[in-house]
Order: sequence, then C-alpha cells, then structure tokens
Amino acid sequence: MYEGIVLLPLLGAVIAGIVCLVGARNRFPGEDPTPPADDHAAAPVSDDHPHAAPAPHAEHAAFADPHAEEPEHAPSAAGSLLAELTTSTFLVISCVLSWFALFDVGIAGHEARIPMFSFISFADLHSEWMLRVDSLTAVMLVVVTTISSLVHIYSIGYMEEDPYKPRFFSYLSFFTFAMLMLVTADNLVQLFFGWEGVGLASYLLIGFWYHKPDANAAAIKAFLVNRVGDFGFSLGIFAVFYLTGAVDFDAIFAQGPALAGKSFHFLSWDVDALTAVCLLFFMGAMGKSAQFLLHTWLPDAMEGPTPVSALIHAATMVTAGVFMVARLSPLFSLSPGASGFVTFIGATTAMFAATVALVQNDIKRIIAYSTCSQLGYMFVAMGVGAYSVGMFHLFTHAFFKALLFLCSGSVIIAMHHEQDTRKMGGLWRKLPFTYVAMVIGTLALTGFPFTAGYFSKDAIIESALVSNGAIASYGFAMTLGAAALTAFYSWRLIFKTFHGEPHDREHYEAAHETAKSMLVPLGLLAFGSIAAGYPALALFTGHGASDFFRQALSLGPAEKLFESAENLPLILSLLPTVMMIGGFLVAYQFYIRRPDLPEALARDQNLLYRFLLNKWYFDEIYDFLLVRPALWLGRLFWKGGDGFIIDGFGPDGVSARVLDVTRNVIRLQTGYLYHYAFAMLIGVAAAITWFMFSGPH
Amino acid sequence: MIVGLGHYLSVAAIVFTLGVLGIFLNRKNVIIILMSIELILLSVNINLVAFSTFLGDIVGQVYALIVLTVAAAEAAIGLAILVAYFRNRGSIAVEDIDLLKG
Amino acid sequence: MTLQAIFFYIFAGITVASAVMVIAARNPVHSVLFLILAFVNAAGLFVLMGAEFLAMILIVVYVGAVAVLFLFVVMMLDVDFAELRRGVLTYLPIGGLIGAVLLAELLIIVGAWAIGPDVSKAITAPIPPPNDIPNTQALGLVLYTQYVYFFQAAGVILLVAMIGAIVLTLHHKPNVRRQMIAEQVARRKASAIEIVKVKTGQGLQ
Repeated sequence: MYEGIVLLPLLGAVIAGIVCLVGARNRFPGEDPTPPADDHAAAPVSDDHPHAAPAPHAEHAAFADPHAEEPEHAPSAAGSLLAELTTSTFLVISCVLSWFALFDVGIAGHEARIPMFSFISFADLHSEWMLRVDSLTAVMLVVVTTISSLVHIYSIGYMEEDPYKPRFFSYLSFFTFAMLMLVTADNLVQLFFGWEGVGLASYLLIGFWYHKPDANAAAIKAFLVNRVGDFGFSLGIFAVFYLTGAVDFDAIFAQGPALAGKSFHFLSWDVDALTAVCLLFFMGAMGKSAQFLLHTWLPDAMEGPTPVSALIHAATMVTAGVFMVARLSPLFSLSPGASGFVTFIGATTAMFAATVALVQNDIKRIIAYSTCSQLGYMFVAMGVGAYSVGMFHLFTHAFFKALLFLCSGSVIIAMHHEQDTRKMGGLWRKLPFTYVAMVIGTLALTGFPFTAGYFSKDAIIESALVSNGAIASYGFAMTLGAAALTAFYSWRLIFKTFHGEPHDREHYEAAHETAKSMLVPLGLLAFGSIAAGYPALALFTGHGASDFFRQALSLGPAEKLFESAENLPLILSLLPTVMMIGGFLVAYQFYIRRPDLPEALARDQNLLYRFLLNKWYFDEIYDFLLVRPALWLGRLFWKGGDGFIIDGFGPDGVSARVLDVTRNVIRLQTGYLYHYAFAMLIGVAAAITWFMFSGPH
Repeated sequence: MIVGLGHYLSVAAIVFTLGVLGIFLNRKNVIIILMSIELILLSVNINLVAFSTFLGDIVGQVYALIVLTVAAAEAAIGLAILVAYFRNRGSIAVEDIDLLKG
Repeated sequence: MTLQAIFFYIFAGITVASAVMVIAARNPVHSVLFLILAFVNAAGLFVLMGAEFLAMILIVVYVGAVAVLFLFVVMMLDVDFAELRRGVLTYLPIGGLIGAVLLAELLIIVGAWAIGPDVSKAITAPIPPPNDIPNTQALGLVLYTQYVYFFQAAGVILLVAMIGAIVLTLHHKPNVRRQMIAEQVARRKASAIEIVKVKTGQGLQ
C-alpha cells in the first residue's frame, strides 16, 4: 500500500511526460519548438510605480459573452485530457490510501518499514531505499496527497486555456512523488533525494511559462537560494556521518544521547558537535522554508501559475523544512543552542514577513508573505520543543493557505489575469462562492475561534509563553504581535478585493464565477479549514500527542509545556484572540469606514512605507553584497582567467604567436637574390669563424 | 724577397672577397653578378695553380682546366637566361627581380 | 728573384685593382673591360707560377670567348647608363664588414697553417722538371690517361651548355619565312605541278 502511495504519482508523472514528449514531437517534427504567444502571463504588479501596469491584451470586447470561444488562444496540446485525468486519478487514489494510512498507523499503531532496494553500499556508508511509515510520516502523507489531489483537480479548470497542460501535470505529479519520497525517507540520503527533487520541481514549475524572462529569473532565484540552504544541509549530513558513521535515522537517533556534550575540532575551534549538526540542518530548512535571510525567493516564486503556489509554496515544499526539523527532533532536543536559534529565526520571520505583507499590492504576494510568516510560527513551536504543535499548525495551515491561494486564483481568472488589488473591489457580488470560501480561509488564518487555525496558532503562542528563557519570550512577543498584523493584512486583502467600489469597471463587469471543477476543491478545503482543528487537537497537543506520535517525535520536554499550557490563566490564553480582533478593527477602519486613511498614512510615513514596500530592501542588499561580487568574480574568471590566461596562453595565444612569427619570417623572403647571397655569405663567415675558434681537430 | 705560396693565396683571397662583395653590393644590373662569379672562379683557379706549383703536383692544373671549362659553360648559360629574362621583363635591374617575394 | 717579386706585385696589384673596378664601374662596358684586364693579369700570374698552358688558355677562353660574350650581351641588352642606386650605401657598412671579416679570416688561415710533412707522399702525378718536358706536354700526358673521364665529362658539359643556351634563347619570329629543306627535298612531280588542258582562246579558269 505504501509503495502505491509513493509510486502512483511517479507513474502519473511518467505517463504525462510521455504524452508531453510525443505531442511535442508531433507538433514540431525535427525542429526547436517555438514559445507560445504570451496569452496567459499575468502582468506582474510593480510596486514602485504608482500607476497600474497595462493589461496584457486588449480584447475586452470578447468578454461580452463569457462563454464565447476565444480563438486567439493556442489549442491545447494533444493528449491533455489523458494527462490530466491519469495524474489526477492516481493522486486521488493516493490520497484515499493516505487517509487510510493515517488511521492505520496513527490511531491503530501499525508502523511500517518497507525496504525497496539498496542504494549505496560503500565502506561504512550504507544507504537503503526504505519507506519509513510512522505517525509523523502519516500526517505528512495526508497533507501532501490531499492538497496535491485537490490542486490537480483545480488545475484542470485553471489551466484550461494553457496549451501545455501535459507538461504541467507531469511536473505536478513529479513534485508530489519527490515530496512523498522526502517524507517517507528512512535515511538522510533518501531525504536529501526528495529534498533536491522538490527543489527541481519548484524550479520547473515556477518557470513553467519559460518564455517570460521574469519567470525564468524567479525560478533561478528560487533554485539558487535553496542551494544555499542545501549546502548547509549537505554539510550537516557529512557531519552526522563523520560523527556517527551512519546515515539512517534509527542509527543516528540511537547514538544521539552519546554525542550530547561532545565537541569536535574544526579550524582551531572546538564546536559542540550536536549544535553544529543541528545548525547546519536548520540552514537547509531556512532555505527550503523561506525563513528570514533566505526568504527572498518566495515572493518571486509567485511568477508561477497559482496552483503551483498553492501546492508548493503554501502546503508542501516549504513545509519540508518544518518536517525535517520534526523528523530530527531527537537531535534538536539534545541541543538547546540550536533550538534557541530555531526559535529566534522563526519569530523574526513571523514578524518580518507580517510587516512586509501590510503594504503589498499583489494579491499573491500578500498570501506568499503570509505563508512565510506562518512558517515562522511553526519554527517557533519547533524551537521551544513543542514539535507536535508545530506539526499541528503545518497540518491546518496546509488547508487554509491552499484555500486562500486557490481562491485568489479564482479571483485572478475572473479578473482575467489581473493580480493587482488596487484594481479590484466590490467582487463579493460577482463571485459569491469564492468570497465565502476566502472569508473562511481568512478566519482560519487569523485564528478566529473554533476554526482550525485557532487551535493550532493559539497552541504555538501558548507554548512560547510557557517556555523558559529569553528567546522563548522573544518568540512569544513576536508571534503575538504578528497575530495582530496577520489579522490586519488578511482582512485588508478581503476588503480591498471584495468590498468597496470596483476600480476597474471593465474587468469588474466581465467577472463571473469560475467552473464547477475549480469550485469543488475550494469547498473541500474550506471544510477542512474548519473541521481539521478540533478533532485533531487531541492528537497533536496535550497527552494525546505522545500516544499519537510515539517514537516519531521527541516529545519529552513538550510534556511539561502541555501541562503548563493547560494551567494558563484565561486572560493570557485569550490574548491572541484579542490581537486578532484588534487587527480586524483597524483594517475595518482603514478600508471600509475611512478608505482615505491608508493613503494619507503612507504619505505621512513615506520612509517607513517604502521600507516595507521594498521588503526591507533585502533584495537590494543581497544584490549589492552577494550577487554583484559573485558576478564580478565570475566575470573575472571568465574574461581574465579563462579568456586571457587559459585561452591566451593556450590555443589562441599559440595560434596568434604562430601568425606573428610567420609574419616576421616572411620578411626574410624578399625575392632578391642578393639578399639570399648575403645570407649565405654571413653563414659562410660564421662557419669559418666557428671552425677557426673551435680549434684544430 | 721570395714570393711564397702565401702571397699567391692572399691574392686569391682578396679577389674572392671582391667577387663575393660584388654579388650583393651591386644595384645596377645582373651582369655584374655574373662577372663577380667569374672573379670568384678566377680566384679559385689561382689557388689551384698555386698549390699545384708549390706541391709539385700537376693535378692542380688539370683541375684548374676543368674549372675553366665549367666556368665558361656556366657563363654562357647564365647569359642565355639573362637574355631570356630580359625579353620577358624588359629590365635587368636587380631590384626588379623580386617575383619570389613571399 | 726580385724580378719575380716585382712582376708578382705588378700583376697581383693590377688584378686586384681591376677586380675592384669591375664592381665599382658605372658603365657596364667598363666593367667588362676591367674584367678582361683582370683575366690578363691573372694569366700573367699563372705564367709566373710556371703554368704556361693554363695562362694561354685563360686568355683564349676567358678573354676571347667569355668576356666577349659578356660584351655582346651588354651591348645587346642596351642597358641604361644606370646611376648608382641609393641602396648601396645602406648595405655597404654591413656588407663591407662581413667582407672584411671574411678576408681577415682567409688571411689568418693563410698565415697560420703549414703544409703537412706527409703531403709529398700523396702526390698523384709529380710535375716533371720543365726543362725536360714542356708544361703543355706534361699536362697532356696526365690529362688523356689518368683523367680522361673528366676530360670527356667536360666536353659533355660544354655540349649541354651549348644546347641549353640555344634552347633558352632561340625563338622563331612568326612573320619570317624560313626554308624547310626536308620538304624541298621530298617534293615530287605529283605535288609540284598540275597539267591543265586549256581550250584555245578560253584562258585559265
């Protein structure tokens, strides 16, 4: 069964890939394929210009009849239907099996280890391909396959007009396979395989519309920033192998307690072994989960299609970092230094991303920064030791964040690929179902009582509150403040998109609710956003957590946290809710009652506004500090090293010297006999001189 | 004083050098080159005969006779080539003979 | 002996001087004439050394044939009274230097070495005393016996040179009528005349 769950998406990806390749060969026999017309690239919102970016194309008249055929779009690739249905069907089967596995493994306790084949066996390094299925895995399987199958079904409708559907579905299924490999990994090498696989799939999917230079740049940026994290991750794997001589989790965790307090020698420093290892692993998590400092790729990743953003950059890939920290919880719980760092980074990210989201204008970017912020929340929980609470938030967050993204996709389609919220308004009349779903998602995100987000988010804040230490207090303060900001920007999004006066009359008139195939996933996710909270509370927090997770997470220290959390005074446990209400009220004031206030405030506090709008100038700083020197170095090696030295002294230099020498030698051939005779005479004189002075024989 | 072998050889050496200089110092025409070659051959002959006399071996003179013959033949051919060249090019100035220029 | 020395210096001096003038004379005819003078004086040197036959042959062949040939060609080519081209001056220092070096070396060699003691045993054909056999006869005794191959080879060389010179320079003028003896001799009545019967008063058609 577990092999089926993991391998069905791979099979779907391969079939869709074959469809794609065969179709491409048929369409462009023997020549390079030409890129399609730029129909579906939504104009990216440029926040630095006060006026709107121009609409991509001008056939608004065609929208008088929303169901008319639009002949200027390229025809779908052959076999699209086959690709869509195959991959979606396989995913749905995987999803059903995963839910079954959740109950089998989590509740009934039938954990499994399924060897598949031997991967590496060399000296001390043994890496087998083994599926490890325990509670943690089961939770992740459910999350990944559910969201992935819903996104597949949604994409059938969203990508309707795109001519390259088989490729898209192939990539989506491949991504799902890689993510499933990651979560079922039994050793670090296998996990790294999945890690890299999702990075690759992310690159392919962000740059899906590869003829857009922005998409290409964003894809490369995502891959490169991930690479920085992967560098740390690899070093971590090497360090673990060096310290323990094994890479599979059981062996590592068994040796964990023995390594606590040991230090190893590195470049004349003595570093605490476990802290170093955990920090290196966390560096990988920072890259993959877009935490502070390695977050720059996530907003730009919105260049990809919206289903991609929903699947990868909301629910699954970015949570790989969180999952990894959870999987390695036995090591992290033995290293207070690393855990403190995790909390610190998580809290900083939560606050930072929330502040940036306050002023963004692109609907997807607001949600992207929201994701970044919520990931920070999860790491705060991981850092204080409440691993199960972090996983709980991961579980619920997947539902409502994917819901928010898919709803925004619905809005974008309705507004015909317009993503700027400044051009939207008053859409609740036109898109009622989407409106309701999005409001549900927002309620869950902000932590409205009895939605799923309420339980998980409040659990995190409480865990931070009851933990000891300055960093934990910092975490509590940041998460609490971020809660208020979260409420503000989420409701700001709703008000600007769905309420108020429409700013773009034409698009507003043409907007209509989308196809049923896209609304069904929205409905299911909305249901999940509400229903995934209370029933799961017992599994993820409190005493039930140890029963549910058993050996999967190291929950020893968390027991104390859960005890304290239950004994909190009411005022403290209601604090997050108070924050949420405060944020809602401010947003209401700003965007419903007094819509002129935001602009006035932005003008007054221009410096702060632009600081936040430009994402704290991180891209500019990185460009100056890292990108420019790297490009300079590359250019130096290319022009100076490769061009001048290697080519200059090698082939080019030799050939140029040959030409020079021959050009000078040619001058000897004057054609004049007397010159030649003169040369002969000089030779004779030299020969005589030499014979004279070399003595008699 | 007794004129010894060395004197004759010196005379031959001087004439030889003059012939060599004549080959590449002249800019006037090609005939000077041919005449210089004759001078060189003359100096060789002087050498041969001098050695023949002072060693008492008549072979030197036989050799000189053969050289004489060859010199005459070569002068004839050289002049024939020169005439043919002049007919084709119209000039025998040494500086104009540069068709082999690379 | 002093007479010999005087004559030696006279002949040698004039030879060298005329060799210089061969190179340096502006008029090519003058060059040829100085060449002739050089040959004559070299013949004198030969006589001094006791090789009379060679001296006379030098006069006959070189002066009488080769130098005259040079003169013919100089006259025929109608060479301009060419001024000394400027190029000499640029090459004179280097050329002069190399020439001086060459001369110096030759003279050093001349002054420094001596004939080895065993050479006298290597003499192939000793010169008979000139009072017994004149130089010409002595030369002939050796040339037609031991060195007859070289003699014949020299003859072949002369033949080749003659043919070569003719091949190089002979060209038929296109509009000059020549005799073709073989055709004249092979003429027969049948190809030479044609008998035509002419009617009276008609004339030849």
